[in-house]
Amino acid sequence: MADPTIPILDMRAVSKTYAVGGRRIEALREADLTVSRGEFVCLLGASGCGKSTLLRMAAGFETPSSGEAVMWGQPIAGPGPSRGMVFQDYGLFPWLTVRDNIGFGPKARGRPAAEVRDIAERYSTLVGLQAFADAYPHQLSGGMKQRVAIARVLANEAEVVLMDEPFGALDAMTRERLQDELLDLWSRTGLTVLFVTHAIEEAIFLADRIVMMSPSPGRIEAVYDVGLPRRRDVSSPAFNDLRRMLAAQLHSHHAPKAAA
Amino acid sequence: MSTGIEVGGLPVSATVPPAPRTDRTGVALARLSRLVLACIVPAVLLTVWQLTTAGRPYSLIPPPADVWAEMRDLAVGGINDDAFSGTLWTHLAASLGRVYGGFALAAAAALPLGLLIGRIPLIRALLDPVLQVLRPVPVTAWLPLAMILFGLGPRSAFFLVFLGAFYPILVNTVFGVRAVEPRLFEAAAMLGCTGPAQFLRVVLPASLPSIFTGLRLGLGFAWVVIVVGEMTGVQTGLGAIIMEARQLSRTEIVICGMAVIGVAGFVSDWLVMLLGRRLLAWSPTHG
Repeated sequence: MADPTIPILDMRAVSKTYAVGGRRIEALREADLTVSRGEFVCLLGASGCGKSTLLRMAAGFETPSSGEAVMWGQPIAGPGPSRGMVFQDYGLFPWLTVRDNIGFGPKARGRPAAEVRDIAERYSTLVGLQAFADAYPHQLSGGMKQRVAIARVLANEAEVVLMDEPFGALDAMTRERLQDELLDLWSRTGLTVLFVTHAIEEAIFLADRIVMMSPSPGRIEAVYDVGLPRRRDVSSPAFNDLRRMLAAQLHSHHAPKAAA
Repeated sequence: MSTGIEVGGLPVSATVPPAPRTDRTGVALARLSRLVLACIVPAVLLTVWQLTTAGRPYSLIPPPADVWAEMRDLAVGGINDDAFSGTLWTHLAASLGRVYGGFALAAAAALPLGLLIGRIPLIRALLDPVLQVLRPVPVTAWLPLAMILFGLGPRSAFFLVFLGAFYPILVNTVFGVRAVEPRLFEAAAMLGCTGPAQFLRVVLPASLPSIFTGLRLGLGFAWVVIVVGEMTGVQTGLGAIIMEARQLSRTEIVICGMAVIGVAGFVSDWLVMLLGRRLLAWSPTHG
């Protein structure tokens, strides 16, 4: 399955059109994107640029109106454990403890109870929550909830982790810490990450490649390779040059609207 | 309390708030005052009852002392030695059996139906209109029809209890299912739990708080309805004893029957609440 010569994710001219109250809304127009195994790709853009739509197509929650979403050469038919999703609002099961949230995937897929317990133990430790294994989600902070959400897709052996503005609801300090932790996990496990954000700095800090998207209709405008060495220094001149360039481009998307 | 610590060679002073006093006597006092507050209104009512009835030979309502004596006679006998003596447990057992039997049957029918109606649009379109039209019909209005369908006797009472408990459980289950965050279905699907498996792993646990509200209401209605159900053509049960005592003008027995129903209903509700507290420990609004 894991043929290294073909991309793990391949979005081929995918479009999405919704009908809202008799009006047709073009959420995404002919987006082409390939993601190789082990890559960290950020989708960056203002709201309405179709970045979440593209991500949800990769997850299998949305089907393209035209074009094709493909994983390892096979069309994506629906959501599945090979593509784990981390939501901004966590999406944890409130009736399950941290341990059982992490074990949910393996259990749903029929792994024996002892193995599920081992997996939950291992991944709660991996994200530093072994002391909270018996806590319920409402007892955790936002940062801890998002650690559980990440652990639960890793525990389920996801090959691609799809993240939809996962740190958007967190305070600045927690966000920075989780960005570091995510990069650490990514470099240790060889994960493939597709990460949606509207924060320029977050994209530069995390991504191998930044896919810049623009709204109405949502489309991919440009793709940038971020060549900066890791761990990236957010205060370095090179980082700031890139930030300035991306900011100018992102703000140009608003300009025509402001004039109108 | 102030403690001096050093961070990176620099002294930093931190103020640590004193730990809150763990006050067992405070908790006990609060509990006692709640108990006292709860007893005030019954005490006033009992006093008014005593003052307006005691020592008046032609009072239609017997004084509390007479009712208490009758209660003991109903429970263990040895005071009046009439047809009612010592029969309380038979009647209570009959009513309990019907209430819990009808309630269990209602839960067994309403729960799966509610899950399906809430989750599957086709079944909702098929059943919801019928159930919505039948719902406003008071359970008591079913009594004549129940007697034709199930005959004069305990089976009709059983059916009425079932009907009384069925709707609160169904309505609250449907409501709970429809209120489940769609995000949770997405989360389950991307983790590999799809299709009918979601009923047990997502739909049921997520709607459990609402289902429990339905069960409590349903059990309450079961106690309301049982008396009506037992008032015609039934030999045993708390409703039957109230009806029989009324015909014999034994008002003290009527009041005893009412009191026993009150206590039995209260204990039932309390048990369901305890169970709910255990099962809903995860919920910030229950538990």
